[in-house]
Parts: sequence; structure tokens; C-alpha cells
Amino acid sequence: MNIWLNFLIDSLAFGATFIYGSTGEILTEKAGHLNLGIPGIMCMGGAGGCLMLNLIGKSGLPPVLIVVLGILSALVFSMLMGLIYSFLTVTLRANQNVTGLALTTFGVGLMKVIMSKLTATVYLVGPKQYYRWPFAGRQDSLQCLGVLFFLAIIIAIAAGWVLFRTKVGLHLRAVGENPATADAVGINVNRYKYLATCVGSGIAGLGGFYYIIDYMASQEAYLSLEAFGWLSIALVIFALWRPPVTIIGSTVFGFLFSCSSFITIIPGVTVTMAMKPVLKMLPYVVTVLVLIISSIRNKRENQPPSSLGLSYFREDR
Amino acid sequence: MEKQLALQMKGITKRFGGIVANNQVDLDVYRGEILAILGENGCGKTTLMNMISGIYFPDEGKIFVDGQEVVIRSPKDAFAHGIGMIHQHFKLVDLFTAAENIVLGVKEEGRYDLKDVNARVTEIAEKYGFHIDPKKKIYDMSVSEKQTVEIIKVLYRGADILILDEPTAVLTPQEIVRLFDVLRRMKEDGKAIIIITHKLNEVMEVSDRVAILRRGEHIATVETKDTNEAQLTEMMVGKKVDLNIDRYDPENAVPRLIVKDLNLYDQEGIHVLKDISFTANGGEILGIAGIAGSGQRELLESISGLQPLRSGEITFYNPKKNKPVSFYHKTMKRVRELAAQGAFHDGQGKPVSFDGMSNKAVWKWVQSQGVLFNEDEVVNLRDKNPMQIRALGIHLSFVPEDRLGMGLVGSMGIRDNMMLRSYRKGPAGFLDRKKPQATAEKIIQALEVSAPNTNTPVSRLSGGNVQKVLVGREIAYVPKVLMAAYPVRGLDINSSYTIYNLLNAQKERGVAVIFVGEDLDVLLALCDRIMVINSGTVTGIVDARTATKEQLGLLMTKTEPLRKEGA
Repeated sequence: MNIWLNFLIDSLAFGATFIYGSTGEILTEKAGHLNLGIPGIMCMGGAGGCLMLNLIGKSGLPPVLIVVLGILSALVFSMLMGLIYSFLTVTLRANQNVTGLALTTFGVGLMKVIMSKLTATVYLVGPKQYYRWPFAGRQDSLQCLGVLFFLAIIIAIAAGWVLFRTKVGLHLRAVGENPATADAVGINVNRYKYLATCVGSGIAGLGGFYYIIDYMASQEAYLSLEAFGWLSIALVIFALWRPPVTIIGSTVFGFLFSCSSFITIIPGVTVTMAMKPVLKMLPYVVTVLVLIISSIRNKRENQPPSSLGLSYFREDR
Repeated sequence: MEKQLALQMKGITKRFGGIVANNQVDLDVYRGEILAILGENGCGKTTLMNMISGIYFPDEGKIFVDGQEVVIRSPKDAFAHGIGMIHQHFKLVDLFTAAENIVLGVKEEGRYDLKDVNARVTEIAEKYGFHIDPKKKIYDMSVSEKQTVEIIKVLYRGADILILDEPTAVLTPQEIVRLFDVLRRMKEDGKAIIIITHKLNEVMEVSDRVAILRRGEHIATVETKDTNEAQLTEMMVGKKVDLNIDRYDPENAVPRLIVKDLNLYDQEGIHVLKDISFTANGGEILGIAGIAGSGQRELLESISGLQPLRSGEITFYNPKKNKPVSFYHKTMKRVRELAAQGAFHDGQGKPVSFDGMSNKAVWKWVQSQGVLFNEDEVVNLRDKNPMQIRALGIHLSFVPEDRLGMGLVGSMGIRDNMMLRSYRKGPAGFLDRKKPQATAEKIIQALEVSAPNTNTPVSRLSGGNVQKVLVGREIAYVPKVLMAAYPVRGLDINSSYTIYNLLNAQKERGVAVIFVGEDLDVLLALCDRIMVINSGTVTGIVDARTATKEQLGLLMTKTEPLRKEGA
């Protein structure tokens, strides 16, 4: 297979982790909640899925059922995290940043405990082939384009459609922009906030699961997951709060990440050992640049939701 | 045509704590008519309307829609009965288009299709003669367009009883004419329209009947064609009440603050203050009367340097005449400069010259208080920021309307709030806590503030106590001009009198007091002169000793007759 094509597909596959994370975060932010718990939620999603696979990995269930059960378990774990977050920030009106950071610390720690107790031969070796359908068994990067990869693309496009083309999306955006107005026209603000946060967390959790079981498919994968959670949050700004745009942004980020390992294979390019760490810096440098550039844009549509980070209480005036 | 009753209120009473906002109000509205509700600030107009639109729930009384008794608990219930209210402060999502805002929250069967909504919005707009582009974003819109969106929003939901809370307050005369055309068309369409206003000319122009409220009570409802502005004013302000506030005659009143041709535009480009000119004298209380939102706040903010002015002059006469030079810390260079200009005399009227004297000798002379100023210092306040104004030694003490928003920090205690005014004093880098502590205790004692201690966050104190802390602090820092906006709002009678006495004491000290009030009786009893502003224009400055409430009421509400568009 052509090196460049291989490179591109790998970027896409890697990017799917970010697609999940950013799409989940966008839904939450559109409801006016800045969820910094996303890294922890992604970790919990991964841990939840793997925990289920550890139970049923060698049970001889049909592959389809194993795939579905793993996804469901990842969803349940991450949505529970989302529920904790929404209870604290929506109902109790706790500070969103603090709650999110606490949730990340908690999620990352708990995931490490869970993952260290699981047996890789059970949860990983067998099931990863099912998740990598239809390209399982191939030796190039095409193998990573599995069920969860396509689900990511579908979710990102569907989320965009729901947000900008349906009434539910209109209401959700109104809640994030101006909850008092939404409340005045009879929209149940808290219900939308809960819904968006939990669904968003579920989606983000799938990202963690995808990263461990499909893209990396290794026993140590979970150790590097948290960093990608943070990048997903940064990507939200890059994507201008539009879920379909995350596909492009994620691919760019994936590309930058794969850069350092792929560049050595390209004929005619020599990379010294000293250059490698510099190349590895690339995605982070670009993240900083993206944050700077996106902060100086001033079109109203490209700004964060107006009431992002603010709790809403009807009797506050 | 037989008149059909749309809405009827019987014996509506609403209390907030001990204050009665509405007392036994009866009101009828018919289909195909425009009813104006007229009254002073705080007379309960908006409270009454909020009860119809479901924001408040009445304590007593009944509401009938089309002859049927109804219970309205929420805005949703109000919509279900076809009642829609257009609030003074628009509730719109800035980022959405007009159509998106209009359709927001409407429960309809079928697929969400913005094109369909756009078409229906255009249809409604055409029917009543609105000009609107359904695809335009709210943040691109003028105030009048936003108001149109609000009205269509209500119509889209099928309302046939419309309540407009001071719809003309933010509009230009041409826009008002257009709005009234729309209202008349809606009236012909059989809708019942209630318009809250305090502009008499508009009442005369657009309404069929006028209901007058005063201090929460329904005074009368009259046919517009049978009445006139003078009669309405009289009903609106009532007879004068004697208040027994001490008022001394001003002594040696000298101009302290001269404001000339002040013009201010707000962020939305609205002309908020128009050619305001007045003089505030030291040792005198200048009252400012006007309907809420006529520009009082902006005027005070302009003087204290918080608003960027378009044009105009604000001159401050710093009272220095015959005061020792040492009183004002100046550099030696500045002192010598002033002496060379002949700014000082030695107490016997002889001009002071420092020629040939050493710095040390000059310093000694100045410190001995033997060098006095000849004249007051003239300072131009225009374009100086609040910090510079303070640095110049000009004490503009400002009691903002929004106590906790602008005046005090809610989560800090009384002492720390005192420190907001004094933190620059004291040894460099360290805070002086002792003096603020003493000030705080003095205020607590003198004004009878009930607070557990000086560290209790002020947000936990009652509104009246917060107000006392704020006024007390402003006075404690020895102002030369004291501007107080609604300093007695929300205070009980005793606290109010404490504040009046404080203001009087400042007046005796020679301070120029500017008092923005809403109660005309108080203004008439406390102030020496009263300036009336109306939609950002000074409509008159009257002597409070001879003026009448009717006179003030007319000045507050009278505007130029509406001109037709293009005329």
C-alpha cells in the first residue's frame, strides 16, 4: 500500500478518538456547560467497555453481541460520569471547572485501577478482531477502521444535523446561549442540560473505548488516554462548535501525531534522533497556535455559547 | 359595534413582604381597543401586568378571560389563554435569526422546517405592517427590530390580548409612529391591546381608554377623548403630601459643578443624554426627577467619569478659596509655579511671592498654613477617568442605583467594603485596616445598621442595611459633590429619614448634593431646586419651594408632539 495513503488512513483512524471526545464536549458546551471532566469520562468509557469484555471475552457469545455489549457498557460507565457532572453543576450549581477537573482526576484514577485488574488476553486479543470488522486481520493501517470508527463519523454528522437542523437542537442551543430566554418560552432548561451532558459524556466515553480496543489495541493503551481527552477539549474550539468539523480537525491532529513515526519511512527524508522529540512536539505546538488563532476571530457565530460556564437559576436576576 | 370583554380583573391585590404593590385593582379590557395604563414609577403598573402574564401570582382577586374565570400560574398558562406580554427587556437569543427566536419553544406537530416558519413570520409581518427579515440575526438588529421580533413572537403563538410594557421607551419618534400604526392595525383585527406608558402625548395619541394607577391603586379609567393631559397628570401624581423633612435655606451657595451641553450615546448608539446643562451649587441639594430610565443613571455616571461622552463640558470648582495651600499636597515645583501666577495670598490679602527663597523656607511657610489660595481651582472633568478624578482630589461620591452591582462587593464585609475607597492609602504595599474598621463601626452605630459584625458579607444584610452602608461610606470620605441615586429605595420610613438628614448635613457642610429620587413628595420637601429630565433632555429646572407636583408631573411626561414619518 502507498505510504501516503497508509499515513492518511492512520491519521483518520487516530482522529476518531478525538471525534468522539470533541463531539461529546460540543454537545455539553452547547448546553452551556464546560465539561473539563471529558478526559476522565473518556477513561471511564474505556474502562467500562474493557470491563465488560473481560467478562464476556471468552464466553463464546456471537461476535455481534460482544461488540454491542462492550459499547453499551462503555456508554453506561461514561454516562454515569456525565450524570454525576450534571447533578453537581446543574442541580447543585457547583462550579463547572472545579467539578470537571475533579471528575477527570477521579475517572483517570479509577480507570487505572480497573485496567490493572483486567487480563489482556481476555478483553483484548479476541474481541479486538470483532471490533476491527470489516478490515480485521490486515497488516496495514486499514485494520483500525473498525465498527467504532464508522460510528464516530456517523455520530459527528448526526450530532451536527441534530444541533442545527432540528427543533431539539434549536432548543439546546437556546439553552446554552440564553437560558433565561429559553426558560421564558417554556423550554425545560435543566432537562436539556442533563440530556446534553449525559449524551455528550456517553459519546466521549466511546472515544476512550475505541482508542484502547481498536486503534491502539495494546495493554498499555490506557496510560496515554488522558492526554487525548484534553486535546479533544481544545479541538472543540478548532471545530468552532460544529460536530462535523471535528472530523477534519481530528484528522489533522491525528496526522500531526503520526508524523514523527511516519516521516522516517518516507524515502528521501532522513530524521536524526534529535529531531524526533521536536516532531513529537508538533501536535501540541499546533494546539497552542489553534487556540491563539481561534481566540482572535470575532465572528459571532464562531464564539463559544454565551452562557458557557455559567449556572442558571431562574430567580437570579 | 358591540364591545366584547376580553380581559377582566377584579379586586387584584399583590403584596411583597409588607409593601402592597397592587391594592384591589379592577380593570376591564375590550376586544378591538387600546387601553393605556398610566402611572408614576413604582405605582404597580408592571406588577399588575406581570400577574396577567403569569410571572407573579395575585394574592387576592380574580382574572376573567372572555368572561371565564382563569388561573394563570406561568407564562405558559397565559399563552394558553391568548395573553402575550412584550417585556421592556427583550428575551431573545442574540445568535439566532428572527424566525428561530420566534419559533423557539413553540410546541407544534410536524417536522421542524425553518422555511415554513420564515414564510409564516413574513405572513404575520405583512398582515400588520411590520418590516422584518426573518433570516436576520438578532445581534444585527436595531432595538426597534428586536421589539418587532418580540411582538411577532407573541402573535405567532396566537395571542389576542397583547400587553406592551413601555414599548416606546427605546424607540425613536419615527419608530414610535410606525409602532402605533401596527398597534392600530392589530386593534382593527380585534385584538385587545394594553400599553403601559407614562408619556402623556402617546396616551392621547394611541389609546382609546386610559386607566390611571397611583401607589398600587386604580384611580380611574377614562375615555381618552373625554380627557386632557392636565387632568391625567393630576390623577397620576395626586395631591401633595406634607412630609416634614427639615430644609434649611442654602447659605453662600456657590457654583460647584457646571455641566454644559452634555451629549451621550450608549453602546447601541441611542442618544441617551441630549444637551444637558445645569449647575450644582455647593450647600444646596439639587433634585433630579424623571421617569426611571430617562438618563439619570447615565448622567451621574458621566459626571463621575464612567461614561465616554460625545460632547459637552463638565467643570468642577474645587473649593480652595482662602484655604491653606498645605491642605493640598503639591510638589515644590508646582507650588512655585502657582505662586508665580499669583494664585496665593498670605491671609492679609497680600500676594505671596517665593522669589529668592530656598525650598526649605518655602516649605516651612506653606506648612505653617500662612499661604492661602486666592481662588477656587477650576478643573475640567471631561475625559478624565474615575481614578484621575480621585487623584485630583475631587470627591465625587456616587451611590449607584444598583447597590450590590456597582457600589459594594457582596461577598466582602462592611470593613472590606470601606477599604474599596481607601486601599490606596497607608504604607506602600500594605493595607491599612484600622481606619476602615473605625469607619465601619462608626457607620454601623450612626446609621443603626443591623449587622453581626464588620466582617459579615454585605450580601447577607437586608437591602436597607446595605443601602445605609453604601451611603454611609460615600459620606464618610468627605465629599465635595455627593451624588446619590435613589438612596432611599427599599428603605423603611425611619431609615429614609436618616438618609435625608445625612444629605441635609452634607448640604450644611457646603457639599453640592445631587439627589436622584422617584418620590415627588420627597423631592419637593428635601431639595432646593429640582431638575426634571425626560428621555435624556432637561425639560425644566424649578424651585422646589414653589413648584407643585402637577408641574413636575407634566415636565416628566410631556414630550414633543409626535410627528408623522417623513414630515
